Amino acid sequence: MDAVTSPNLSVRLGPLSLPNPVLTASGTFGYGREYEPFVDLAGLGAVVVKGISLLPRAGNPPPRIVETPCGMLNAIGLENVGVERFVSDKLPYLRERGCRVIVNILGDSVEEYCRLVERLNEAEGVSAVELNISCPNVKRGGVAFGANERLAHELTQATRRVSRLPLIVKLSPNVTDIGLMARAVEEGGADAVSLINTLIGMAISVKTRKPVLANVTGGLSGPAIKPVALRMVYQVAGQVRIPIIGIGGIGTWQDAVEFILAGASAIQVGTANFVNPGATAAILGGIRAYLQEQGIGDVNEIIGEARR
Amino acid sequence: MQQLDAPITRREQLAPDLVRLTLLAPAIAAGARPGQFLTIKSGPGHDPLLRRPFSIHRVVADGSLQVLFKVLGPGTRSLARLKVGESVNLVGPLGNYFQRFPAMCLVGGGLGIAPLLFLAQEIRDQAPETRIELLLGARNRQELAPLAADFADLGLTPRLATDDGSWGHHGLVTDLIPQALGAERDWRIGCCGPYPMMRAVAALCQERGWGCQVSLETMMACGIKACLGCAVAPSPRRETGGRYLHVCQDGPVFNSEDLAWTP
Repeated sequence: MDAVTSPNLSVRLGPLSLPNPVLTASGTFGYGREYEPFVDLAGLGAVVVKGISLLPRAGNPPPRIVETPCGMLNAIGLENVGVERFVSDKLPYLRERGCRVIVNILGDSVEEYCRLVERLNEAEGVSAVELNISCPNVKRGGVAFGANERLAHELTQATRRVSRLPLIVKLSPNVTDIGLMARAVEEGGADAVSLINTLIGMAISVKTRKPVLANVTGGLSGPAIKPVALRMVYQVAGQVRIPIIGIGGIGTWQDAVEFILAGASAIQVGTANFVNPGATAAILGGIRAYLQEQGIGDVNEIIGEARR
Repeated sequence: MQQLDAPITRREQLAPDLVRLTLLAPAIAAGARPGQFLTIKSGPGHDPLLRRPFSIHRVVADGSLQVLFKVLGPGTRSLARLKVGESVNLVGPLGNYFQRFPAMCLVGGGLGIAPLLFLAQEIRDQAPETRIELLLGARNRQELAPLAADFADLGLTPRLATDDGSWGHHGLVTDLIPQALGAERDWRIGCCGPYPMMRAVAALCQERGWGCQVSLETMMACGIKACLGCAVAPSPRRETGGRYLHVCQDGPVFNSEDLAWTP
């Protein structure tokens, strides 16, 4: 094999072209600017911002997080500034720096999702929308859509009709058959699916003899969930034709390459951003070095290679 | 705010479970203020996974920072195992800092004493005319003695309290406040310690009309307001539009009247 001096890292997510496959996972990267001291934001494939709702949300009462073996539970409860303040206060910063921005959105009804999409259609500097139909931490936070393939299909179809932006649907692992959900949103018109969101879990304090989180349950993330996430990406890759964005416990370039080999066209880095705020840049550099060393000229050559 | 690997240049076992590390990090030390904190990742492993927040205990002239901690869980245990010459990953300085006033009473309980040494040091260096009262409490003499000595080196004489009565007042450090401060209105309190202690100090200050700054500790994943895990409820009288405050950025130092104190 010949060493490749500069392998192609650009990938396509349906109509969306990205310079590389390393994205951030919603809820772990703030609105992007928080990571300016640590990462060249414009150098990432895209920045996926914190989940945005029509109106600001205060989120859940504390305690909101707890560490568990090789992972963490969170029940933030979708605290966010709302779409208007996002567009006026947060988006211009990312746009001016040339970042590709994917806006994760959530609502309580099909109408709310559609209004969010319509608002983002008009906003300058949005590359795509990611429908959060899988947040486990709020009673009405899209989770009903994520647990029922008929509702997921309807929501995707309705937002597809109004969206001029590429549409990604983020899937919940807290279902019996994630392949069924992926097929439902593909048929509904999604341009790509991203998976997985967090796994519902909990922790109990033996000292207080009560749940640690005020919300009782929370979403498990981090290295602990990687094997589950990888299996789900591999599984879904066999069932849909649209591109997959792999998420779940990715903290190193090796993790990222595993997801790509399982069939992911891109990956999102989540909890690892908390552990090492420079994680995304390190993973991107690691993927590039791996391709060079292996004599692979284009990252697209290895997407799904473990399946072949 | 910077991320860097800092070598451990000194490790002190102050008491059986009480460790102080000196970390060489001039780029962070240069801009650090009392009350600010660092997050530390003690090694590359997945367990413990998250960084741990530590208040800055002291800044040393050569560009070193000190952190003080008790070995309580997996995070502090892994940190306590490190040896001089090994490095840890630091992010800092993070958060806000204590405001200074002409008459300050510093009230520290247990590990909450840590940031007050830095504050006392800054006051001595930059505003030596400041009137200082220093009240320190801990479980016992063994834990309190090495810390009290550092304040004595700054020329301060602390009033002391221990839970077991082995040194100073037998009881809570908060018991010392009325006698130390009298009826004067000019005092401003800087307080760090266990939550019930800070709640009691905040209540007393409200009663006596003393302004009170408290430094809070919460669970925290990132320290840079990305995770929003470190939410605390604001006082109903503070206009936040229903939003939570975040210890990592709105704090860790808060005006005690801005917080909703929970029983």
